[in-house]
Amino acid sequence: MPAATREAVAAAVRGLSKRFGSTQALDSVTLSFAAGEVHGLVGENGAGKSTLGKMIGGLYHPDSGEIEIFGSPVRRWDTKRAQDAGVVVIAQELCLVPALSVAQNVFLGRERSTFGVLHPGLVQRYAELEQVCGFGLPADAPVESLSIADQQKVEIMRALARDARIIVMDEPTSSLTADEAARLHEIMRWLRSRGTTVIYVTHFLEDVLENCDRVTVMRDGRVIRTSETATETKSGLVEAMLGEPADVLLPERPPPPSPEADPVVEMREVWSGTAVRGVSLAVRPGEIVGLAGLVGSGRTEIARALFGCDRVDSGEIRFCGRPVGARSPRASISRGMAMIPEDRRGQGLVLLRPTFENVTLPHLRGFSRAGVLARRAERAAVKELIDRLGVRPAQVDGDVSVYSGGNQQKVLFAKWLLGRPEFLILDEPTRGVDVGAKAKIYQLIVDIAASGTAVLLISSELEEVVGLSHRVHLVRQGALIGEVPADTSVDEILQRLFGVGEESRGES
Amino acid sequence: MTASASARPAPAAPPGVLPFIRRYAVLIMLAVLFVVLSVSTSSFLTVTNLLNILNQNAPLAIIAVAGTLVVICGGFDLSTGAIFSVANVVAAWVAVNTGSPVLGLLCAPLVGAALGAVNGAAITRLRIHSFLATLASSLVYGGLAVLITGGFLISVEAPGFTALGRGGIGPVYYAIVILLLFALLAGFLLNYTTFGRYVLSVGGNAEAAELSGIRVDRVKLYTFLFSGLAAGVAAAIGVSRIGSGQPQAGDGLQLLAIAAVILGGTSIYGGVGAIWRSVCGVYLLALIDNGFDILNANPFFKDLTTGVVILAAVALSAASKRR
Repeated sequence: MPAATREAVAAAVRGLSKRFGSTQALDSVTLSFAAGEVHGLVGENGAGKSTLGKMIGGLYHPDSGEIEIFGSPVRRWDTKRAQDAGVVVIAQELCLVPALSVAQNVFLGRERSTFGVLHPGLVQRYAELEQVCGFGLPADAPVESLSIADQQKVEIMRALARDARIIVMDEPTSSLTADEAARLHEIMRWLRSRGTTVIYVTHFLEDVLENCDRVTVMRDGRVIRTSETATETKSGLVEAMLGEPADVLLPERPPPPSPEADPVVEMREVWSGTAVRGVSLAVRPGEIVGLAGLVGSGRTEIARALFGCDRVDSGEIRFCGRPVGARSPRASISRGMAMIPEDRRGQGLVLLRPTFENVTLPHLRGFSRAGVLARRAERAAVKELIDRLGVRPAQVDGDVSVYSGGNQQKVLFAKWLLGRPEFLILDEPTRGVDVGAKAKIYQLIVDIAASGTAVLLISSELEEVVGLSHRVHLVRQGALIGEVPADTSVDEILQRLFGVGEESRGES
Repeated sequence: MTASASARPAPAAPPGVLPFIRRYAVLIMLAVLFVVLSVSTSSFLTVTNLLNILNQNAPLAIIAVAGTLVVICGGFDLSTGAIFSVANVVAAWVAVNTGSPVLGLLCAPLVGAALGAVNGAAITRLRIHSFLATLASSLVYGGLAVLITGGFLISVEAPGFTALGRGGIGPVYYAIVILLLFALLAGFLLNYTTFGRYVLSVGGNAEAAELSGIRVDRVKLYTFLFSGLAAGVAAAIGVSRIGSGQPQAGDGLQLLAIAAVILGGTSIYGGVGAIWRSVCGVYLLALIDNGFDILNANPFFKDLTTGVVILAAVALSAASKRR
């Protein structure tokens, strides 16, 4: 980059902080982005990089701190004001209107009209923009007919139609093929040559090293360092991402099952959709098996295939030594499986219903005769269980929609423990849960395993996975890329998840 | 019925005026209107008038009672009026052609349940939103009713055919008794059975229900079957009262029934609601209607007033949701 343009600061943040519930997503972040640079933001899951990008784009409001765009501090920041100031965020989930044409999407909200009647000439306006971009997208093609990569181009054109001078791209390559990713990187370089600043949030370190001018490493909502990419290496970046050891004490694991013990559940070469590619794993009674992977690596999809939510295209799932026949959540539950899903509020709880109804929902047969509920027995059983798990408030009629994350999670544990499952899948059991509740949930997981239940543990917090599991499978792009024993260092796992030490870049 | 028959989200919710209003608004409005009408006219508060109002609106109330389960389960049934039409002409046709009024009247609930099951199957098998599926099926059923009669009335001369609609136990019409039994049955189903719990859960969060091992499709299907059955029962009462089957007899009933359910504060997003409040909703609409008649008010304002009352009720429940 010529030194002259590097001087100008496009965006700067000072002391930016943001809390989500009990999680400090950003902790007084101070950082500046130069005009006309491609600036990489990297970090572990939950390091705060997306939050920072979204905040610059006006999607989130900081709790404290300030944002400066081209030298002027912003006040009352939102997406509309951000766009007016030339800042556009291209989120992971694209925000286009599928049925409208490319040109209509590009100029959405920027239509020229008189008293609401559209001016003709949209196509010509589009042609002018297309001349600058040269993406070669037909103006009248409906957006839903385009590939994801082309849709991303539409988003970029839309940003340019709004005279964006700062573009935040949040994990743009996660759904692209290697080819498409390469083209996107070309576009980034082209944007840079026009003087546009690109803030590039991504998991893929080689992409950062190859395409960014500077890179900022974040961890636990803080900036660790910003440096010229030329001076960085992949392993150097991973090292910088590594956190301090978790401040929550992990309980003692239950003793591992004997290696000869027959597995409760077994997956053999299971393929499901595009997200699960030939997964084989086994969990024995009393064993905690962890799945470690980056967000989007297919961990949740493995769990869903196992529980019967998603179709299995090929491969075999065995339960207690026998291949399972009909597969559905209902069939899985009747076999003795249980799953606490990733999205507690969206998939786990019926928020409109009180605690006891949530807990007994899968077990109503046991609390009824000829379809008539034995409400007293039902409430007594729930009362006993929520007292034991320490749900607060300890009311069977409690309104779960206002519970803290930790207590909502305990309600879900109660829901499945009531059925004494032989196999329990835990998908992100401590997400958005405060430290105190975390410790209790860890203890609970260990107790469940100690009672003989097989546990499959999925978590973005690597310390948690390696600290609780007897064995950990590493997941990348829907496949298990290796198994590591308990207490493997987080450092080593991250290196492998990010593919450090591998020559080819087969990802993205 | 008492408050315990309502399916409240959680008594532990922070106490407030708005949740209270949401729960009892329809009862309060009904009581106020009752008092106003009692005071302002002498012809309202008579046993005959009140029994007539109860009797006349009982078929609608029966449909609204079952419709409440559909709405709580997250669905909409726009075909109850058309099912009523089909069931009432089939009842008349069977009574005329077999000469047995009992057989004819028994056919109505059966036809209703069958058509309701068809709705449920279409919604769950074809994965169509219930609003669209029942909008379409209401046209199909309405056409069916006209086809059966060739567009004419089917008058039933058989003695005893009108006993169900016009008779009663002492001064209490059978229709009122049937409504009471039907409401108690629906309230019992909703609050004291596994089926009711499934209805509430599926309406509250279908995905969580599915992941809890509940046969979501089957639960939905049963609510539509029940709704069709209710329309058939209502049709049996209606056809017996008039003594003839009419292909347009049910027109518009479905909208009144849904309006009553919503007046009763049942959330159109599902998951919460109560049977008794829908019954109150029906009779609130009935009192507005009756009030215009006995006060000799300009009937041109009747629909307008009804619409404003519904709008106010919905706005109230939306406000109480926001917290």
